[in-house]
Amino acid sequence: MRASLFITCYNDTLFPETGQAVVRLLERLGVEVEFRPAQTCCGQMHANTGFRGEAFSLAKQFVRLYADAEAVVIPSSSCVAMVRDQYPHLLAELGTDALRREFETLLPRVHELSEFLVDVLQVEDVGAYFPHRVTYHASCHGLRALELGDRPLRLLNHVRGLELATLENLDRCCGFGGTFSVKNAEVSSAMLSAKLQDVLATRAEFCTALDNSCLIHLGGALHREYAPMRTIHMAEILASTQDAPAEMV
Amino acid sequence: MSHPVLDPRVAPPFPVAALPVLRNPQLRKNVAHATDVIQAKRARLVAEKADWQALRDSGAAIRDHVLDNLAHYLEQFEERCTAAGGVVHWAGDAAEARTLILNILREERADEVIKIKTMTSAEIQLNPFLGENGIAAHETDLAEIILQLGQDEPSHIVVPALHVNRSQVREIFARTMGLPDLSDDPQALTAAARAYLRKMFLTVPTAISGANFLIAETGSVVVVESEGNGRMCLTLPRTMITLAGIEKVLPRYQDLEVMLQVLARSATGERMNPYTSVWTGVTAGDGPQRFHVVLLDNGRTGILRSRRERQTLRCIRCAACMNACPVYRQTGGHAYGSVYPGPIGAILTPQLMNLEYAQSLPYASSLCGACYEVCPVKINIPEILIDLRAAVTERERAEERRFFDPMYVGLRMANKVFASASRFRAAQRMARLALRPFTGKDGWIRRLPGYASRWTMSRDLRGVPQQTFREWWAERNRKAMR
Repeated sequence: MRASLFITCYNDTLFPETGQAVVRLLERLGVEVEFRPAQTCCGQMHANTGFRGEAFSLAKQFVRLYADAEAVVIPSSSCVAMVRDQYPHLLAELGTDALRREFETLLPRVHELSEFLVDVLQVEDVGAYFPHRVTYHASCHGLRALELGDRPLRLLNHVRGLELATLENLDRCCGFGGTFSVKNAEVSSAMLSAKLQDVLATRAEFCTALDNSCLIHLGGALHREYAPMRTIHMAEILASTQDAPAEMV
Repeated sequence: MSHPVLDPRVAPPFPVAALPVLRNPQLRKNVAHATDVIQAKRARLVAEKADWQALRDSGAAIRDHVLDNLAHYLEQFEERCTAAGGVVHWAGDAAEARTLILNILREERADEVIKIKTMTSAEIQLNPFLGENGIAAHETDLAEIILQLGQDEPSHIVVPALHVNRSQVREIFARTMGLPDLSDDPQALTAAARAYLRKMFLTVPTAISGANFLIAETGSVVVVESEGNGRMCLTLPRTMITLAGIEKVLPRYQDLEVMLQVLARSATGERMNPYTSVWTGVTAGDGPQRFHVVLLDNGRTGILRSRRERQTLRCIRCAACMNACPVYRQTGGHAYGSVYPGPIGAILTPQLMNLEYAQSLPYASSLCGACYEVCPVKINIPEILIDLRAAVTERERAEERRFFDPMYVGLRMANKVFASASRFRAAQRMARLALRPFTGKDGWIRRLPGYASRWTMSRDLRGVPQQTFREWWAERNRKAMR
């Protein structure tokens, strides 16, 4: 199996350790990982802000780039949701028939990381070791757009040493919402502080998720509050082993 | 607190209108508590229906069928309602509806009118208009009384006074009804309201209602409620005027089977709502002897024209979306500046206004999808929010002053950057350099200037690491080559 990693723009820039963890994890599971340097962004920010033409140009770029990929793995649930839910509309409105056909054949090969592990590789025990108390934040896009269900928890339950702390109000948004966090900064902050109460109540050492966009929001607040908890992308937990523990940035 | 404005033409934009609420801990507590309670009840009752998803599908299908054949069913309703003794009027916009209603009231020589279950009348700003014309409008829904007496506005479409707690109700009743010794015991409060209401029901001969549904097949009007005040209001007066949006029609009486099930469970977390009133025209010696229906367009046919946005009109006003919405949970309804708040309001209001007003509402969402998940008629609210954002952006981009708006500058630049990987690499390096002066020793950013300060107002930002992923990958490949 050869998987092409779509790292996403903000992971590339701000969370290189997430991408490194995906590479380590997949290679450990016997997957050949490739990275196409022509990749940039899926267009989610433009689409969600109403810049439809710009979002379409990035969608086209994505479809062309991965047309021949065996599998595309994306460690970000909201970017996968963008491809799955918004590309069809953008392409229907602005694309050519050829591009739409190309997209339709590509779509079944685009996977969010936990989907790729559980559904494609059919593995739940990835051989990870992470001796910490961890709580899981189900990002809205993972929960409702991708319907990841208990895949993430099944993966975490097999991690040796990991103690899972249940997060109350799991289905409630953290208030990030991309440009919502600055356009409606005060409301977003109020939502964040409600979420933070639930997160801190778990008394976990780490808050994990499958999307660094929620984690940049939660992590920023945890740091502002000097809270004794940090955020970590689930790829880093799953990549962590006794011999090669997760690097704490 | 300042008086909330529920008129999209004059209401401040959402982020501004939200501020007074965010600074009001009591109000936020009331809203969060009330929505949590209703949500939990709804979740319990939905869980006991094994065929809930099939019911949602049926609900959506019935509503879609109506919207695809709206003219036919409206004409059928008009014909059957007229045959049963009702008078059907058509109002193209709010002004026309107000004038129609005023003329009917003048014919009745009314200087007072009692009202029940009509958000649509708030949509057309009916009460102030009647007031200017010397007609006092009295609300008779318990929550609406609280708000009218307290000079407040509804913040929710099913529980309009959800932001007001019991001791605040006591204060309002004690002050306005002249009952200084009133306790905040729910029974005492209800008794006070009952005494106030009974007088109205027995003395005011003219009433205005809304409609939950219109039945085309029979020409009937349906109102569902919890208190029985509606039943009083619908049966005691001599003359009844029902104001209904044109989308409210259902083809057959039998369609209520699906709609009443999904409505009660979604709205109040009940298996069946306590009072369902169905009336058809006029019955001699029983109930109002003169009956008018005003069918209101007011922007609805505009929504109907768009294939994708048409689903907005499926809405049966259950409010499940606002109860589930994490944004509404923080702001309550007043911030939306419209009688329709929450996620449905964020898509309905700007469309009713043809996007001339309420352009900030499509952005009043983190697109978390909780609204779509609970909607009993499966309105894909996030999808419509994004469509409306595109429509707003298209308009705004044509305006010169928007050219230098930081959001627009940023997104235009971002698109140029994302168009090529080499430009993206350069931008990553530039971001690292540009943010370095703001980055602390621990690698975190605490304060950013200008527009970016809207991020750092409540959260730190991790600085840009020394190596991007693609730099790491390139280096790894170089090492592997050696």
